[in-house]
Amino acid sequence: MRVLVGVKRVIDYAAKIRVKPDGSGVDKANVKMSMNPFCEIAVEEAVSLKEKGLAKEVVAVSMGPQASQDTIRTALAMGADRGIHVVTDKELQPLAVANMFKSLVEKEDPKIVLLGKQAIDDDCNQTGQILAAKLNWSQGTFASSVVVGDDQEKVVVTREVDDGLETVSLKLPAVITTDLRLNEPRYATLPNIMKAKKKKIDKVTPEDLGVDVTPQIEVLHVKEPEARSGGVVVESVDELVDKLKNEAGVL
Amino acid sequence: MGKYKGEGSLAVRPKTTEEVSRILKHCNERNLAVVPQGGNTGLVGGSVPVFDEIIVSMARLNEVKSIDPLSGVLVCQAGCILQHLDDRVAKEGLMMPLDLGAKGSCHIGGNISTNAGGIRYLRYGSLHGSVLGLEVVLANGEVLDVLQSLRKDTTGYDLKQLFIGAEGTLGLVTAAAIHCPPRPKAKNATFLACATFSKVLETFRKAKADLGEILSAFEFLDKESLDLAVGTYEDVKSPLPGSPERFYVLLETSGSNEDHDNEKLHAFLEAALESGAISDGAVAQDGTQLKAFWRIREGVPEALNTHKAMYKYDLSIPQSTMYGLVEDMRARVGDRAYTVGYGHLGDGNLHLNVVADAYSEELTSLIEPFVYERTAELGGSVSAEHGLGQMKADCIGYTKGDSAVSLMRLVKKTLDPKGILNPYKVLPLPGEVTPPQDS
Repeated sequence: MRVLVGVKRVIDYAAKIRVKPDGSGVDKANVKMSMNPFCEIAVEEAVSLKEKGLAKEVVAVSMGPQASQDTIRTALAMGADRGIHVVTDKELQPLAVANMFKSLVEKEDPKIVLLGKQAIDDDCNQTGQILAAKLNWSQGTFASSVVVGDDQEKVVVTREVDDGLETVSLKLPAVITTDLRLNEPRYATLPNIMKAKKKKIDKVTPEDLGVDVTPQIEVLHVKEPEARSGGVVVESVDELVDKLKNEAGVL
Repeated sequence: MGKYKGEGSLAVRPKTTEEVSRILKHCNERNLAVVPQGGNTGLVGGSVPVFDEIIVSMARLNEVKSIDPLSGVLVCQAGCILQHLDDRVAKEGLMMPLDLGAKGSCHIGGNISTNAGGIRYLRYGSLHGSVLGLEVVLANGEVLDVLQSLRKDTTGYDLKQLFIGAEGTLGLVTAAAIHCPPRPKAKNATFLACATFSKVLETFRKAKADLGEILSAFEFLDKESLDLAVGTYEDVKSPLPGSPERFYVLLETSGSNEDHDNEKLHAFLEAALESGAISDGAVAQDGTQLKAFWRIREGVPEALNTHKAMYKYDLSIPQSTMYGLVEDMRARVGDRAYTVGYGHLGDGNLHLNVVADAYSEELTSLIEPFVYERTAELGGSVSAEHGLGQMKADCIGYTKGDSAVSLMRLVKKTLDPKGILNPYKVLPLPGEVTPPQDS
């Protein structure tokens, strides 16, 4: 079977971010970008399925500006077979992304779509669920374990939910979104990085997919959380008592 | 490290240079010995009293005086923690010119007094170059102010150089002016596998030629070091899990343009793979993976530290003969202990460690003085960056000749006639010079 994996280019998890002075969003200028960590886990899961002989082809999909291509290359270096880049400079929200995935699913006919549970920039946690509903497919979200049956008709997904772990058996085809403990993504190693350079990346536009990606939600204002005021190191017990009494008012 | 314990019963914690001055004046008049102490992360017992010396902690001299974003000059007191300084200067787009595992606790004053090296020495050089000025309190309490922030100043003898690396034996550093380089916009890290040590050297030569100005670190680990770190800590994972190779390299680049650096790095890696210098490698795809690679390197000394007996050597050895010393040591020690070699290959600095469940006369006699004698034979240094402290206070003879040591004694006598500053450290007692004259 074919597996489709979504990979999103986001601000690097380790990068320090700042809000733009006008409050319109996060300052992305000169900030390092990388693959969304949950998408990395999705790629790892897809490539593992291929290594187990359960998937024949893994297709990595990214949607965004020219630079999103780098994210696809990383997926290829981890073992994906080919890529699809939906090229657009427009702002993409989960509804638009899900609509475009639906269009790609109709073209590529995968049995499983693997997505990260959420992106670390918008934390929406919506795309997988919307896509499954639009396709009328099963969904296994927040997956911490994925076991595809040998008959490739069913998949057993363990989900991390508030109460603990919930295990569901899903009929394929299915949309699965990955959670942190599903696997540990492999590093991109040199022979694979070299091979990845030769793998194909097809380019399409939202128009080619027949999707209007106009945002449905407008962000009005972005601001940083209140700065935590620092603790004070006191030099003596007397000073501590004085501060507790006269500043904190707890004595 | 838990290796040295003194019998000091008094520690003082001054807040200002003036207080340090009054302390030393008093101690000098009364012939009281002092031990300056920074973050207490030294590896040769330099900051621990040997007997009952008074500890002078610099922890409260922790103010940043100024940061000039244009010239990149930071002026701060000696008790500032290196990590805090790096965070502060980061706000101005700068970085500290040195980086080491202890940065969360070590003080800049201590770094300066030990001429600390670290993992970015290859790119940013020695503190002898990046320290522009110092404020030092001398043994008699006099405050020596050579704290200017000028990049170039050739007026008379460059006094600050005396105190950099003097391990607190010539004066107490109370403030410093340091030149900070711009913080890189792009960083890349790769973890490479090499079949032989000469391939590691070949990779290094290629890296210098092909990566040149963006190369910012070149650390090596042997398989024994990697296995130890991976085996000790759950969060340390090898990026090349199946690799059978004997040697691993952590290569880092830092530059101002990500695309440009990526292109150079990938061209270098392709060529190195093709020529067979490297047999495999992993490239960090994001900031988290970059940190994970460094976690491996940091995990090695940490894992070594968990052993009851640790023989730790920090040597400068000509690169071509560096690993030969590790192999010879491993052969000598055999099954009695676990021998690892790793370090700042780019700087010719080997960290040779032998660890075991317990110290023993037998083990010690196999290791010393062999390690020092062999280092001297190879024309190396018995302490590349850790200093001499008390651990190697009688070892200077392996690396410096008699006339050098005599002149050092003269300088010490001039600056500290009563010998109150950090005694029993760095220089051997007069009359004792190792190695013995007849060897």
